[in-house]
Amino acid sequence: MEIVVLIKQVPETTDVKINPETNTLVREGVKSIINPFDEYAIEEGLRLRERAGGTVTTITMGPPQAEQALRESIALGVNNAVLLTDRAFAGADTLATSYTLAMAIKKLPKVDLIICGKQAVDGDTAQVGPGVAEKLDIPHVSYVRKIDKADATGLTVERMMEDGSDIIDLPLPCLITVVKEINTPRLPSLKGKIAAKKAVVTKWTAADILADIKKLGMAGSPTQVKKVFSPPPRKGGENICGEPEEQAKLLVQKLKELQVI
Amino acid sequence: MDYFLTEEQQMIVDIARRIAQEKIKPIREHYDETEEFPWEILKEIAQADLCGLYIEPEYEGMGAGILSLILAVEEIAKVDGGIALCVAGTALGTLPLVLYGSPEQKKKYLPNIAKGKSLAAFGLTEPMAGSDAGAMKTTAVLKNNAYVLNGTKCFITNAGEAEVYTVFAVTNPTKGIRGLTCFVLEKGMPGFTFGKKEKKMGIRASPTRELIFQDCVVPKENVVGREGQGFIVAMKTLFSSRPGVAAQALGIAGGALDEAIAYARKREQFGQPIINFQAIQHMLADMATEVEAARCLLYFTCKGIDKDMSKVEKFAKESAMSKLFCSDTAMKVTTNAVQIFGGYGYSREYPVEKMMRDAKITQIYEGTNQVQRNEIALALIKEAAAKGL
Repeated sequence: MEIVVLIKQVPETTDVKINPETNTLVREGVKSIINPFDEYAIEEGLRLRERAGGTVTTITMGPPQAEQALRESIALGVNNAVLLTDRAFAGADTLATSYTLAMAIKKLPKVDLIICGKQAVDGDTAQVGPGVAEKLDIPHVSYVRKIDKADATGLTVERMMEDGSDIIDLPLPCLITVVKEINTPRLPSLKGKIAAKKAVVTKWTAADILADIKKLGMAGSPTQVKKVFSPPPRKGGENICGEPEEQAKLLVQKLKELQVI
Repeated sequence: MDYFLTEEQQMIVDIARRIAQEKIKPIREHYDETEEFPWEILKEIAQADLCGLYIEPEYEGMGAGILSLILAVEEIAKVDGGIALCVAGTALGTLPLVLYGSPEQKKKYLPNIAKGKSLAAFGLTEPMAGSDAGAMKTTAVLKNNAYVLNGTKCFITNAGEAEVYTVFAVTNPTKGIRGLTCFVLEKGMPGFTFGKKEKKMGIRASPTRELIFQDCVVPKENVVGREGQGFIVAMKTLFSSRPGVAAQALGIAGGALDEAIAYARKREQFGQPIINFQAIQHMLADMATEVEAARCLLYFTCKGIDKDMSKVEKFAKESAMSKLFCSDTAMKVTTNAVQIFGGYGYSREYPVEKMMRDAKITQIYEGTNQVQRNEIALALIKEAAAKGL
């Protein structure tokens, strides 16, 4: 099975800082890592390869330093890595990003399955995976927590829903996005790290993937971030203590104050 | 301190640290309490290619030498000295094969050890032959082109879990230590069973059991080195393996130091963190100095051994010094860490009491620290005699 895993390099922090003037992420002084959800996607790709054979290729779009994320994926056991880097890609929203990644995937000789993390921890949109599937006109299932079956005829997956899970069959080629419940990602091995250091990372520009320049980067992005803010932290609830009778009285009083009753 | 590690050595440190911090730290108490064997962790260590660091590449190891092994052991021991011993104990059981194994023996046993598929154990100690290895009672008698082993080994690390055992027995009782021979045995050989499991003070994730031989038939081709060469095999193995115990001790000390600093910064008394008090600062300063000095001695000894492992006896003195100094440091530093934690340090709620329990054994096994001092003194006398002093 020929597997592609789409990954993103993100700042290593759960407390993302935003520059209030430019509305972009503050990256200075923050270490970059593979988006944690993408680690589950890589792990699932590697496990499928171990079961069914084939190769795993990681692709990322980003600045030249995003190559580091690809090398980390090679240290985990990925066969090939492709970096999409070009000034024309800069400022892309999820639509332009989906287009760019889809064009790169089209350039690969054969792709059976594309795996993505459910979302990136910096942007948190969860749109790029499904977006790529639409651009490629292939089926997709998001929030996959288990792959029950994977063979030449297709995949049977479990999609995590709020009230349980859906079991879905889909033919190849297809795309899935995965949640962290799907597996426990492995740590890099010494041989992997040595291979990652020596490996050649393929680099493609806009011209290499035959992309329409109008659909790339800022120019190809119909959405723009006007303002980014953190929602005010939720205040904790009030605990009504005391004897049951007192509690009931207090509760009724509160409800009256709030004009609920 | 920067030890100018190679890129590959730094990778080993990073990988071992991640395994220790992410995989071992959350569950170390479980293995200490239950004394279960940490197979789940050993799988991680094997998958990360850390089992065959000191084994030659032609036998599927990394060929990275003793320094690489001790870097990995140290990082693991910072979090759990018992789990670190599963790796160091396997190295001890494997080194006789690395140093003296025939190409056939190496081909048969080393690849599986390098891949982490089998563990190894070293069988030298007996109930009446501890420091005095020459008092060994286990015998191996040649009959029909095979040796028949009878006897009991005790305090054997990894016993029961390991697949490969390098065992020492008396082949010629009239020759004393020159009558010892090393054999490689496999778990499941008829006549080879395991005795009671020790209930220990520390390193409880690491099993310690007896090996029992009752008319155990061992083919002649399982002799490691030559007949009668056993004592030399054992000694050269110990010269190479003592840095492993030293690394385990150093890791325990380093882990305890980190815990003590973090706690002293958090714990408030008299309205301020206790690290503001000079009494605590001076304790931490001494602990840090001792750990760094121990690390210097150990790393440089390993660098020397790695230059030519076939001449490891040239580093017998430094190897003994490393084991002595690192283990004494581990005992001192963990005791002081418990002291800094105060009452909480004595409680199992906090990790330093386990570190203190784990540290003690490093002063005892693979040659007590008294035996290490004998070794060092013997080297001093030889050196002086060679200079004609």
